[in-house]
Amino acid sequence: LGTLRRNMMRVTGAVALSAALALSAAACGEGDGGSGGDGNTVTIGFMGDLTGEAAGIVKPPNNGAKLAVEEYNATNPKVKITIKDYDSQGKPEQATGLAQQAIRNDKIVGMIGPAFSGESQSVGPILEEGKIPSVTPSATQVTLGDKGWKYWHRALADDAVQGAGVADFIQRTVQAKKVFVIHDNQEYSKGLADVVTNTLKGKSVNVQNDVIDQRGTDYSSTVNKVRTFAPDAVFYGGYYAQAGRLLKQLREGNVDARFLSGDGALDPGLLSGAGAANTKDTLIACPCLIDPTGQANAASKKFSEAYKARFKADTAIYSAEGYDAARVFVEAVKAGNTTAEDINNFIKTVNFTGVTKQMKFGANGEVSATDVYIYQAQGGKLPLLGNVKDAKLG
Amino acid sequence: LNFAELWLSTIDGLSLGAIYALVALGYTMVYGVLRLINFAHSEIFMIGTFAALFTVSGFALSSPVGGVALIGVTLVLALVAGVASGGSAMVLEYVAYRPLRKKGASRLAALISAIGASIFLQQFFALFVIPPLFDRPTEGGRLPVQEQFVERCDLFTSCLPGWTTQWLPDWFTRNVQISNDKLLVFVAAILMMIALDQFVNRTRLGRGIRSTAQDPESAVLMGVNIDRIVSATFAIGGAMAGVAAALYLVRFEETHFFVGFLLGIKAFTAAVLGGIGNIRGALAGGFALGLIEMWGSVVFGSEWQNVVAFSVLVLVLMFRPTGILGESLQQARA
Repeated sequence: LGTLRRNMMRVTGAVALSAALALSAAACGEGDGGSGGDGNTVTIGFMGDLTGEAAGIVKPPNNGAKLAVEEYNATNPKVKITIKDYDSQGKPEQATGLAQQAIRNDKIVGMIGPAFSGESQSVGPILEEGKIPSVTPSATQVTLGDKGWKYWHRALADDAVQGAGVADFIQRTVQAKKVFVIHDNQEYSKGLADVVTNTLKGKSVNVQNDVIDQRGTDYSSTVNKVRTFAPDAVFYGGYYAQAGRLLKQLREGNVDARFLSGDGALDPGLLSGAGAANTKDTLIACPCLIDPTGQANAASKKFSEAYKARFKADTAIYSAEGYDAARVFVEAVKAGNTTAEDINNFIKTVNFTGVTKQMKFGANGEVSATDVYIYQAQGGKLPLLGNVKDAKLG
Repeated sequence: LNFAELWLSTIDGLSLGAIYALVALGYTMVYGVLRLINFAHSEIFMIGTFAALFTVSGFALSSPVGGVALIGVTLVLALVAGVASGGSAMVLEYVAYRPLRKKGASRLAALISAIGASIFLQQFFALFVIPPLFDRPTEGGRLPVQEQFVERCDLFTSCLPGWTTQWLPDWFTRNVQISNDKLLVFVAAILMMIALDQFVNRTRLGRGIRSTAQDPESAVLMGVNIDRIVSATFAIGGAMAGVAAALYLVRFEETHFFVGFLLGIKAFTAAVLGGIGNIRGALAGGFALGLIEMWGSVVFGSEWQNVVAFSVLVLVLMFRPTGILGESLQQARA
C-alpha cells in the first residue's frame, strides 16, 4: 500500500509538472523570440534550478554570470551579449525540453550550465548535437568528463579531485588515524564518499562506513556506530539539509570528532540545521572559491565588492565560478567569435586569469586548475580557511 | 558484535518505537471501528508537529530547557498538538469519510479519499502554511523548519545531581547511557498508552468504541450513536498522533511537510505487526519495530534498516497472519 500511495503521488507530481511546463512554455513564447540571431547581439543561456529546492546554490552563479555580461556590455562593444535564463528546477526531464527550446527558438551560441550533474547528463547530448558550447560552473560529477563531448566544459575541479583533496587534508592536516565516512546513497554523495574512503584507505587510515536514509530524520543507528568506533574525523558525502541534521545528532550523541563534508554541504543551512552550538570543528571542502576578503587573490576581493554592490548580497557558493564561466564567453565574443562553432574553437585555446583560477581547458573540457578550498564554520558563517594543500587548522 | 552499540541501539529503538506505537494507535483504532486504513493519519501527525513547533516558537525561550522545565514544556506541547491533531482528525472524518459512509460507498472509495486527503494536506502545508508562517517564501516550504529548545544531558553523568549517582560503579555510568529526551519520550508514550487502555476499557465512551468495533449493527440496536463513536475514535487516535508529534519534536526539534510519510508507513507497519485493530498490539508492534530496526542496523549496517524491518514483518505475517496480538484479542478490544 505504501507503493500505491507513492505512485499516486508520482501521478499528481507529473500532472503538476506538465502544468508547470505548459505555463513556462507559454511564458517563454511571449518573450523575446529569436533575439540571438542578429549581428549586434548574441544570446548565451544559463540553465539551472533557479526557483526550486536547490535554488540557493544556483542563484549565486546566475548572478555572477550576469555581472560578467553586464560589465562587458557596459564597455559598449561591437557585439553585445544577452543572457537568458532557463529554469530547469534541477530536473533532467525539464532541462532537456528547455535545452531544445534554447537551441531552436532562442538560437543560443553558448550555455552556462547546466548547474547540476544529473541535468548535465541528459542535456549534454542535446548540446552536442546542436553544436552549442557549454561551460558549467558547478556540476562536479566525475563521469561527465569521460563522455567524449566536444562542446562541454567545466569551470571547476570534479569530485575525484575534491575527494582526493579532502582525504589528503584529513590525513595530513587533521592527522586522523581513524575516519568514519558516511553518505546518503545519492549519486553525488556516494561518489564523493567513495573517493574519500578509497584515498584514505590507500594512505592506510582506518576507515569505517555507514549509510543514512536521505528521507529519514532519525540517524541514531549511524550515530551509535560512530560513537563506538570513536574516530578522529567524520566525513559526510551529501547535501546540507542532511549534513546539518547528522551533525546535530552526532554532537548530541557526544561525538566530538572533526566533521568534514564536501561542496554539497557548503551552505549556511548546514549551520542553522545543526544549531550554532554543534558546529565546532566543522570543515567543508569545495572546489569553489568564496573569498570576499581577498585571502586567496586580489581579484576575488574586487569581484566580491562588485557583486555586493550589484546584488546587495554577499558572494556565495559558485558565484565566482559563474562569473568566470561567463567570462569565457565574453572573451570569445570580444575576440570576434559570434557563432557557436567559432566560440567552441576559441574556448579550446582560451587562457586568461579568472577570479577563481587560470581559465584554461584540457581536450576533455576539464579546467586545468585543480584547487580545492576548505572552509571552517565560525560564528554562524563558513569563512575560507585556505587551499587544502596548505591550510592550517585554526 | 559490539555490545556498547547494541545497548545504545536498544535505548534508541525503544524511544523510536514509542513514537511509532503512539502513531500506530490512530491507524489501529480507526481500522477497528470502520475497517478503514486512514492513510491521511500521517498528515494528522504532521499537523501535530507544526502545532507543537509553532507553540514552542511562541514561547521564545531565551535558552534551551532541560530537567523539570523540559517536562513542563513537553506537557504544554503535547496538549496543544493533541488538540490540533485530534481536531484535524475529526474534521478530516467529517469532510473526507462521513459523506462516503452515508452514501454507502465502497471501502475502496474511502481509501482513495484518504490518499487524496493525505496529498492535499501535504501540499497545502508546503505551499500555503509553511512559507508565510515560518518566513520561507523562497524555498516554498520544502526544507525542514526547526526550533532548537531542548537541553540534552546524560542521565547518570550530567542530568542528576552528583550525590545521587556517585555511588554508581564506573563501568555502569560509562556504558549505560540514557539521554533525558529519549527517556522522556519513552515514559510519556507509556503513560499515554496506559491512559488510553484504561479509557477504552473503563468508560462509557470506551465501551461504545469496543461495541462498534465488535458488531456495528448490534451496537446501533443497543442505542449506540455510531457517528458520535466514529468522531470520538478519530479524535482520540488523532490526539495520540498529536502527542507523538510533540514527543517527536522534543526528540528531533525539526519538522517538514513530508515528515509523516515515512513515519506513517512505519507506524502502519507497526500496527499490522502488532495486530491491526488491537490497541495493545499497536504498543507491542511499535516497540518491536523500533527495536528490530535499530538492532538490524547494528548487525547489517544502517542502509539495511528498512530491509530488516520489513523482512521481519513478512516473516511474522507468514506464521501469524493476524500479527503478534491480533488473534485472540481482536474482537474483545477496540
